[in-house]
Amino acid sequence: MNLQSSDFELFGLPSRFAQDRANLDQRWKDLQREAHPDRFVAQGAAAQRLAMQWSVRINEAYQRLRDPLKRAAYLCELRGAPVNAENNTAMPPAFLMQQMAWREALDDASTMEDLDVLGQQVMASRGAALQTCAALLDDQGDATGAVQQVRALMFIERFSVDVQVRQDRLEAAERGQ
Amino acid sequence: MALLQISEPGESPNPHQRRIAVGIDLGTTHSLVACVRHGVAECLPDALGEVILPSVVRYLAGGGRKIGAEAQAALALDPENTIASVKRFMGRSLQDVTGASKLPYKFADRPGMLGLHTVQGEKSPVEVSADILATLRYRAEDTMVEDLFGAVITVPAYFDDAQRQATKDAAQLAGLNVLRLINEPTAAAIAYGLDNGSEGTYAIYDLGGGTFDVSILRLTRGVFEVVATGGDSALGGDDYDQALADWVLAQTGRTVDSPTDKASLKQAARRCKEALSATESVAFEAQLTGSKLVFDVKRTDFEAATQSLTLRTLNAVRKALRDAQLVVQDMQGVVLVGGSTRMPQVQRAVAAHFGQEPLTNLNPDEVVALGAALQANQLAGNSADGDLLLLDVIPLSLGLETMGGLVERIVPRNETIPTAKAQDFTTYQDGQTALALHVVQGERDLVADCRSLARFELRGIPPMAAGAARIRVTFTVDADGLLSVSAVEQGSGVQAQIDVKPSYGLGDDQIARMLQDSFSTAEADMRARALVESRVDADRMLLATQSALRADGDLLAAVERDAVDALMAALRATVASDDAAEIEASTQALAKGTEAFAALRMNRGIHKALAGKNIAAV
Repeated sequence: MNLQSSDFELFGLPSRFAQDRANLDQRWKDLQREAHPDRFVAQGAAAQRLAMQWSVRINEAYQRLRDPLKRAAYLCELRGAPVNAENNTAMPPAFLMQQMAWREALDDASTMEDLDVLGQQVMASRGAALQTCAALLDDQGDATGAVQQVRALMFIERFSVDVQVRQDRLEAAERGQ
Repeated sequence: MALLQISEPGESPNPHQRRIAVGIDLGTTHSLVACVRHGVAECLPDALGEVILPSVVRYLAGGGRKIGAEAQAALALDPENTIASVKRFMGRSLQDVTGASKLPYKFADRPGMLGLHTVQGEKSPVEVSADILATLRYRAEDTMVEDLFGAVITVPAYFDDAQRQATKDAAQLAGLNVLRLINEPTAAAIAYGLDNGSEGTYAIYDLGGGTFDVSILRLTRGVFEVVATGGDSALGGDDYDQALADWVLAQTGRTVDSPTDKASLKQAARRCKEALSATESVAFEAQLTGSKLVFDVKRTDFEAATQSLTLRTLNAVRKALRDAQLVVQDMQGVVLVGGSTRMPQVQRAVAAHFGQEPLTNLNPDEVVALGAALQANQLAGNSADGDLLLLDVIPLSLGLETMGGLVERIVPRNETIPTAKAQDFTTYQDGQTALALHVVQGERDLVADCRSLARFELRGIPPMAAGAARIRVTFTVDADGLLSVSAVEQGSGVQAQIDVKPSYGLGDDQIARMLQDSFSTAEADMRARALVESRVDADRMLLATQSALRADGDLLAAVERDAVDALMAALRATVASDDAAEIEASTQALAKGTEAFAALRMNRGIHKALAGKNIAAV
């Protein structure tokens, strides 16, 4: 095991999409206990440099493993089907129609209730895509199929951020700021 | 000078073996130094028994300076040379300081960080802070027999890279070995966590003299995980003072122009504000040129005049909770930190917002220094279990300037540190050997709206056809929250040389000049101090090497071990001499000679930890 090991190997976890979040959090903390630069403050510069490298690597792996979208994309990459989002932009027509409908709904939304309703729809779509992704990766071993879901999730995530921004603005306006 | 006892690790503990490390709260209005003694963290008092050092420095005509209460007494007397709340100017340019015209100082508009014209010439906020830190350092050294191994210094969680670097520079000037910069809310949580022994998610609401921080922390069995942090590094008790002063002026139709009057007015406002925390109505009294300004202020008036400030803090709280993806109901407790949280309106607002009474059982003035002392004690290696782990975050996003003055985010805010991100670049001209990068910090989309941190020039890129080079630039944020940059041309493996032009910081020559002028060196024999410091460094190195050999000596072959032993013997021999340079050289030689050993040890340690985790999940 070294700095080049996969995130799953580093954390001693099976290389699959379904993960126990509490377990993951605990392992992250246990690993940082060993590698964090604070442990090596009294042990010289070389030890601290190495600790930095490991600590950074452990944080990087944790960020990736705990976020379902990043984890799914990572698994696809590990299994030889990189997502390659910048070069693959084509999406199924039905999906694009959904995205346009959401856009319009966001533009038309004028109250917090409107945004809450839209937000729920987006969450539901996200949940469904994640479930499909999990099945494709863990049960069917279909990384190529999973890539489609990951790309859809990237669209959904971006839109979700836009909804959040509108909610923040509306909330600020309601408070008179 | 104390004799340095170098003994074998593992022998029965005695006071001379412990490394003394202190925690320092360098506050806007008050500073403190604390240390763990007999297992308990306590703030160290001065000769008069006071633990609080007012963060005020007065520069006297003809040399000399006053620091602390004596300086504070002269605020209205000598306003241009008596600098208070210098923390508000650390890493800030004149444009950054709102309400600068209401302050009595003679500012120098310098790029990056403003200067202060005093009777002793132009001072950088870094120098003024260094004077405060040096005073605390001397206080600690006078209290203890042993030499100081190092200090943990606290900064507001919302301090950006410029402000943090300025703080570190000040500590260096004051002759302190900075073990770590830690965030004030995290330090407060340490002080509370160990006392109360509780687990859960907590909000720390820290309103100090000049800064406001809110941090959401998850505490589980000695691990302090910062989930999100927010705040305003230019909002604090000083602003409540100013708002009150402005209100009184508006009510009475008075104006103030002279520096003396501005200083008097601010002091009066502070006194009035503090009194209103205990009584419902107080007479505001300021001695101005020619007359006394007296006006009755009711607590309700004060609260109305400052309500917008309190609301601003609650907005930052909302944002931090959103970033943490939590709601107020998720908070097991709310902790109030900082003298400004004594104001009834703040206590009410926080209790109402969180739906629970805040915890206030520890002294809000001392809690940050105490927490820093606990962490310092641990970093110095005194705590056998290593039971404290701080997983903090970067408070503001880091980005790069791209086409059209836009910011491309590289490291998002609230990401756990240490962290590193790599970005690939290429050249746009044939034979191009250098690349310029501009790093900024902030949440806005335009470079102009963010804080400029530094311009990095990468040199020594092997000349190639345009677009052929693949330069991987790695941005690393360390555990102090400070940025460093490295770059490698992937094809050739050539490490680019990086010239950093910080937008705010001090150049090496500036620091050298300041060291010569500074309080911590001017009044002591510089050579004697250099000798002491070189011996302390040597001792550190020897102790570290001894424990390393004791734990992992088996990793070395006999001939390698002999080499290390020889370097240690050589170092011990030079320590007895009076030559600081010789001692330093021997220390460096031992450090270099044990680098490979350190790498082996680290690998073994990590492998042991990870091997224990390789049990397949259920």
